[in-house]
Amino acid sequence: MKNRVAIVGAGMTLFRRRMLESPKELSFEATRMALDSAGLELKDIQSVVSGSAPDAFDGVHMKGEYLLDGMGGIGKPNQRVYVGGGTGVFTPIGGWWNVASGMYDTCLCVAEEKMSPLHPHPQYAFWSIFDQILERPLGTTLLWIFSLEMRRYMHKYGITEEEIASVAVKNKGNAVDHPCAQLGAKITVDDVMNSEPICWPVKRLDVSPPSDGAAAVVLASEKVAKKLTDQPVWLDGVGWTLDTTHWTNRDLAYPEYVEKAAWMAYKMARIKKPRKEIDIAEVYDPFDYKELHHMEGLQLAGKGEAPKMAVDGVTQRDGDLPVCPSGGLLGVGNPIAAAGMMKICEVFWQLRGEAGKRQVKKDARTGLAQAWGDLMQVGTVAVMRS
Amino acid sequence: MPLRIAIVGVGYSGFDSMTPGLSTRELMFEAASRAYEDAGVDPRKDVQSFICCTEDFWEGISITDEYMPDQLGAVLKPLCTISSDGIVGLATACMHIMSGIADVAVVESHSKISDVLNPDEISSFALDPIYDHHVNADPRFVAGLEMTRYLKETSTKRDHCAQVAVKNKKNALLNPRGVHGANLDKDAVLNSKVASSPLTELESSKTIDGSIVFVLASAAKAKKLSDDAVWINGVGWSSDTPWIEDRDMAKATYAEQSAARAYKMAGVQNPATYFDLAEVDDTYSYKELQSLEALKLAAKGKAGKMVESGTFDRDGRLPVNASGGSLGVGHLLEATGLHKMLEAVLQLRGQAGRLQIPRAKKAVVQSWRGIPTATGAVAVLGN
Repeated sequence: MKNRVAIVGAGMTLFRRRMLESPKELSFEATRMALDSAGLELKDIQSVVSGSAPDAFDGVHMKGEYLLDGMGGIGKPNQRVYVGGGTGVFTPIGGWWNVASGMYDTCLCVAEEKMSPLHPHPQYAFWSIFDQILERPLGTTLLWIFSLEMRRYMHKYGITEEEIASVAVKNKGNAVDHPCAQLGAKITVDDVMNSEPICWPVKRLDVSPPSDGAAAVVLASEKVAKKLTDQPVWLDGVGWTLDTTHWTNRDLAYPEYVEKAAWMAYKMARIKKPRKEIDIAEVYDPFDYKELHHMEGLQLAGKGEAPKMAVDGVTQRDGDLPVCPSGGLLGVGNPIAAAGMMKICEVFWQLRGEAGKRQVKKDARTGLAQAWGDLMQVGTVAVMRS
Repeated sequence: MPLRIAIVGVGYSGFDSMTPGLSTRELMFEAASRAYEDAGVDPRKDVQSFICCTEDFWEGISITDEYMPDQLGAVLKPLCTISSDGIVGLATACMHIMSGIADVAVVESHSKISDVLNPDEISSFALDPIYDHHVNADPRFVAGLEMTRYLKETSTKRDHCAQVAVKNKKNALLNPRGVHGANLDKDAVLNSKVASSPLTELESSKTIDGSIVFVLASAAKAKKLSDDAVWINGVGWSSDTPWIEDRDMAKATYAEQSAARAYKMAGVQNPATYFDLAEVDDTYSYKELQSLEALKLAAKGKAGKMVESGTFDRDGRLPVNASGGSLGVGHLLEATGLHKMLEAVLQLRGQAGRLQIPRAKKAVVQSWRGIPTATGAVAVLGN
């Protein structure tokens, strides 16, 4: 690696079911905040990496081109990186290689998603992620395959719906303290259990909402970062892995692709014992069971052991391993790519001690953000240090 | 310091108007198998990063990277989509190698346009959804506007544009990949059906199917893999404003900016005399002229005259699109940049067959993402 890479600024918009701002405007808001927080102007930025999930949400072909001016990309080298739901965490990873390679000293990374234009419901965009011949004729939705995965995970390790529901309770509770959150709420396990089943065992309160929003970070090489701030947050490890297209052929109980991505990032960051060395984790939680499932893939819990950590309070904000102190996708909202980037922003704020009411109790020095996507197929992982 | 990333393998399949016998994934498998054989690598053991350049709407799939890993030998490996032209994918692979996460990286891009029933409608979805999409016209109206502006602002004659199509289609007759090769004269080009005035159909490239795979390696690894590596010495990519209403339509600003970066990286001082060949964007006839000027291979407004006098013919001072380019071979959507790279690599390796330009050692390659974008990339190659 030619350059050590630092995050020097972050920003995000409100996450809401329907925003009046256009996709370009949402991108602009997050970009402006990130630049302000880094003390930089657009002229100081050498390259731009953009992230946004399916073009089908906006109905705009080549969405990366469309978003360009909102993201500050005019006249600059711009790359749109794209790995489905994993895109949010992958966007700063794209920025990482722009800077780590020595190609550029500063890179603006912006993730945006506006799901609300799709009628009658954003879920319809996900029909077109499935195989044209084998799966689409079934009228498949994402909720179906998640319910399969959740059921398999429960069955293999004897996990109960109540244990899984505790994650939704924690994350929606954490989100009450997040100024951008869409669904912060004090709820109970019973509330989750009694919510409407969407596709059993997935119930209404097990799922994150569709949202609109944007989030951004500014990356800089070590040389530049040290001039800009006393509190750079180092992006010391990045990893990503894609599994086979044929999701029906793998054991859904364990995300091997997340494990591989995690070890790629851990090796880069010289982390040998993740459970001991990671202080806080923003684990991808579009569904409550996914947080547990991913903690196991990330080696933060043994196989089948994450639910106990959640029930015992280990993953609470004042616990030994705070997970999703932001409120996660379940609480803050899930504008796909922007949601992953929100996790990067949260770790940045936590490691700088700037998370306000959300600040974790322990002295957090090393954090992790992870996202996941495609046909239950891709893991993207970033390890950050103060 | 110049970039020094080696191209150690290339492979392709398709290059036809229709490929009904093969699915997209099968096309990719063929191209990848050939590239891996060419490079002497096993994707499962030797490659650390895979990059695919695709756009969802062209594929008819949301999140196309889902369908990429198996046929590339990339299962449970780092793979990602870069939603851009293939040369931006190559730039990404260069950065992966430079940052130390890979010593061998693979880039794939393809077109399976024969599966698309409504290509014009898809292109129209890239226009601004509020201000432009409702125009409900052949999206090449943008090309007609640009061409008009270019002709008005420079001393370029209408005939000069037609000559580009004549030259490239003729070159393609010698290219085994040249689907749209033809021996025509200027009148035939000028009198063909109007696509978007003043642009005619024979000045407008036609899309074809194909998949192209590149294998890139670090300098150290390339020594072990290959003795005919072609080197990427500089690369640049850039975007002008996405608003078609806001651009200077007379010139290819994105190409100027990309070239400036690539030339600086490669240490190219006088591009007009530096290169032995150029493969540049010729999606439309006038685009080749605009691009040559943006790349400083011709003075502003002079490219047309130079085409007319034969400077850019295959036996001219600087052969431009000796392969036949997109007008002669065909347009491959996001794989267009990789196609141009492929032709340049074969030339620099001395493997271009009847197309071969003697003593070809230095090449410049440039691509554009097509209507309505103002995004493009440039690579400087040497052997």
